[in-house]
Amino acid sequence: MDRGKSGANFRDVNENPCNMCMPMGGILVLKGLEHCMVIIHGSQGCATYMRRHMAEHFNEPVDVASSSLNEKGTIYGGEQNLKKGLDNIIKAYQPKVIGILTTCLAETIGEDIGRISQEYLTERDYGDLTVITVNTPGYGGTHSEGYWLTLKKIVAKLARKTETHNKINVIVPNISPADIREIKRVLQLMQMEYILLPDFSDTMDRPYERPYKKMPEGGTKLADIAAMGGAVATIQLGLTVDDSMSPGKYLEKEFGVPLYNLPLPMGIENTDLFMNVLQELSGNPLPTCLEQERGRLLDCMIDSHKYNGQGRSVIYGEPENVYGVVKTCIENGIHPVVVATGSKNLKLAQLLDECLANAPIECTVLTETDFTTIRLKSRGKANIAIGSSDGKYLTEREGIPLVRYGFPILDRTGGQRLLSICYAGTTMFLDRVTNTLLENKHKNYRDSMYQMFYQGEQEGQELSTESCGEQHVMLMQSN
Amino acid sequence: MDVREAVLQDTVFQEREDSIITKGKQKKQLKCDTDSVAGCVSQRACVYCGARVVLNPVTDAIHLVHGPIGCASYTWDIRGSLSSGSDLYRNSFSTDLKEQDVIFGGEKKLARAIDELVEKHPAKVVFVYATCIVGVIGDDLEAVCKAAADKHQIEVIPVQSSGFAGNKSAGYRAACDALLRLIQRDNAKVAQKKNTLNYLGDFNLAGEVWIIKNYLKEIGVNVNVAFTGDSKYQALKNATHASVNIIQCAGSMIYMAERMKELYKIPYFNISFLGLQDTTASLRKIAVFFGDEDMMSQVEKLVQRETVRVEPELEWYRQRLQGKKAAIYVGGGFKAISLVKQFREIGIDVVMIGTQTGRKEEYETINDLVDDGTIILDDANPTELEKFMVDKGAHLLVGGVKERPLAYKLGVAFIDHNHDRKHPLSGFVGAVNLAKEVYTTLCSPVWKYV
Ligand code: SF4
Repeated sequence: MDRGKSGANFRDVNENPCNMCMPMGGILVLKGLEHCMVIIHGSQGCATYMRRHMAEHFNEPVDVASSSLNEKGTIYGGEQNLKKGLDNIIKAYQPKVIGILTTCLAETIGEDIGRISQEYLTERDYGDLTVITVNTPGYGGTHSEGYWLTLKKIVAKLARKTETHNKINVIVPNISPADIREIKRVLQLMQMEYILLPDFSDTMDRPYERPYKKMPEGGTKLADIAAMGGAVATIQLGLTVDDSMSPGKYLEKEFGVPLYNLPLPMGIENTDLFMNVLQELSGNPLPTCLEQERGRLLDCMIDSHKYNGQGRSVIYGEPENVYGVVKTCIENGIHPVVVATGSKNLKLAQLLDECLANAPIECTVLTETDFTTIRLKSRGKANIAIGSSDGKYLTEREGIPLVRYGFPILDRTGGQRLLSICYAGTTMFLDRVTNTLLENKHKNYRDSMYQMFYQGEQEGQELSTESCGEQHVMLMQSN
Repeated sequence: MDVREAVLQDTVFQEREDSIITKGKQKKQLKCDTDSVAGCVSQRACVYCGARVVLNPVTDAIHLVHGPIGCASYTWDIRGSLSSGSDLYRNSFSTDLKEQDVIFGGEKKLARAIDELVEKHPAKVVFVYATCIVGVIGDDLEAVCKAAADKHQIEVIPVQSSGFAGNKSAGYRAACDALLRLIQRDNAKVAQKKNTLNYLGDFNLAGEVWIIKNYLKEIGVNVNVAFTGDSKYQALKNATHASVNIIQCAGSMIYMAERMKELYKIPYFNISFLGLQDTTASLRKIAVFFGDEDMMSQVEKLVQRETVRVEPELEWYRQRLQGKKAAIYVGGGFKAISLVKQFREIGIDVVMIGTQTGRKEEYETINDLVDDGTIILDDANPTELEKFMVDKGAHLLVGGVKERPLAYKLGVAFIDHNHDRKHPLSGFVGAVNLAKEVYTTLCSPVWKYV
């Protein structure tokens, strides 16, 4: 494995970022709480950009307020702006909980959102309103860190020492609403009671309904979060998460809730792991339908193993998702050649070391990286890419076809409906990958065989290049 | 019910009262070009965004965002501006400031970033965009850019676009200031070329600049440079070679035109190539300006030919769309104005209209254009959009990415008039495209089921 190049790969310029900023991750989590409204303390633009990205990924309206800090607020402090912003969102949305996130600007001028919000609640006498504040400077980390930090803050703020009950806590990384629903389905099949955090499966993928509700139903209930301290156990799908940002760790330390920190159940081994823990915790055997789904996944893996054997993948995105995809690829004979994340994540690097140790092909692992580096490392090596829409340039410029997975998916519809986890989801994910490999192979094989072996007259040559065009030839090289 | 009451009752943002009027009901002026109200969920972006959208289509420039990563991430190639040559502009470069840089200042990192980029990518100009915190941490952008320019012997131009220093329109001005620095002053002495103009305020989304250039070529007019769709360093540098500036998107470019008039005595006038009526009128206006008989007859020929081609198509749509009601919420006033006329061409009435950054004069024009009872609003938010669309019974909304899901959730058809659309809406072909898109969404079978 080529590990010499990991770590920061660019010195002073990030060329085509492979991540977003911290508050974005915070919004995602807060959208998974029941009747929660978010306000970002900073200038108007940050909120608008993040709303735009989320609206396009989820195809849902995303209302996020901003304190719209202006010049005056920046010089004299933004307290008044934030308080006025709170007034307005309370009037318009009547939320049960408000999440306040900071931006670069608010952090740099040193806004104390904890104090301001406390003061606000006392001044207005809103004793029953829950306000969660998270410091998310855009320069402090990526949206992944923003995601986990916000989860941890929510748990730290709301979880209480309560009577023990028979529910388990399930904490999920940034997966699609369809994936979250899959977790819920599996838990129901296992006949388990659970508290799922965050749950944006209904709020960010809403059924069409009339009249339109700008505060949609769904999301984790505050009372449930409060009860997390009394749960039987916590399953956190966050193997790559640093302890300092781990809500599961917090619950274990503060309330003694045993933590099962598991990888995302993607691929056969990781899903088995998840199912085993569920069986252990519930005392129930795997129901027939899940057994069958496992069997179907195996069947799918056998059906496609030879095609996948030709796959050389570049995988990028948030650490937890990347790890799940790497495992799935390896299980199916698709060799990762570049694995990358914009986050600085030591745990991921370690985990990858282990699972790539016996890889037949050298793999470059990149953390804290950008797309220009990913592209350079993938050139001529990869024939499939797996990750968000931002990798579209790998197709455009290197001819590497892209299977869209993760966040954000901006240039295709249905990002919110992509199912990729547990047995059934992995099957669907794998089919998407295999079919992309097949499509690429079929598209190119006439030309590639011709180029490689044909030595007769040149008659057909022109015809063939004419019909394929430049991009076609490019695709061929990487096939 | 009058709007003032409605706002108080339903949308509760008292500070927003003066930004909403009903045509015919009130005599008062609409309040616009102010900062967004905190907590109102404005649809507007920031100063940086305004600057970025205007400058980004300069294809052979290095666009470097000085700040933390987010701003660069969210704006990476989100515009559908096309290039006939270089695609350097489609990269998103950022100094990716981290905690340490915020504490100790980002000047050194910026200087090194420029060095690194210049070495890697051949370019004659670097635009360095200031984001929110640059002003706060006190980086001296001017000084760093000047030093880099001297060192590399290319132009390194700071764009003063700190996010909090105004709204999106301040960003337009920051971009224009950057462009003005680029224009070569000595060149003003070079004789202006005959029948040559600069085309301002078109960003070549889906090839729109190319469409207009083709029309102009046909009538014997040369485009010296377009600001900024498919433009290059050298062409921008020689902007003074034109004898007149025509402006399409006035919101972003009127300032530029004013300054060029002051500095280089280049006159300007507004045109619009959106819709049949505006396109025709604009071509005539240009021919009249140049006072060229031959050109005038070319215009008539072109208009005649194209009208004959598109009229029957538009008529087909008109028959099917007649009487439907549209709501408009777009970035700038120019677009909004053109849309009212375009909708009229296909039999649709506008019942609500607003913009993120419309100017006073533009709102006056809008007010003159629309029917009594139409809601006019500046810097709206989802709550208001929802309220007025429902109240007014709109069947269709025109807007950008953020507005689309809202329209759909309300069971209302939607037209993308945003940066990343993939079909042109300019010129005669654009008029048909718009009608087609309106038809596709308004008359879709899907609405039967909701
Ligand atoms: S990096 Fe900072 S300024 Fe930019 S969008 Fe993120 S929080 Fe806002």
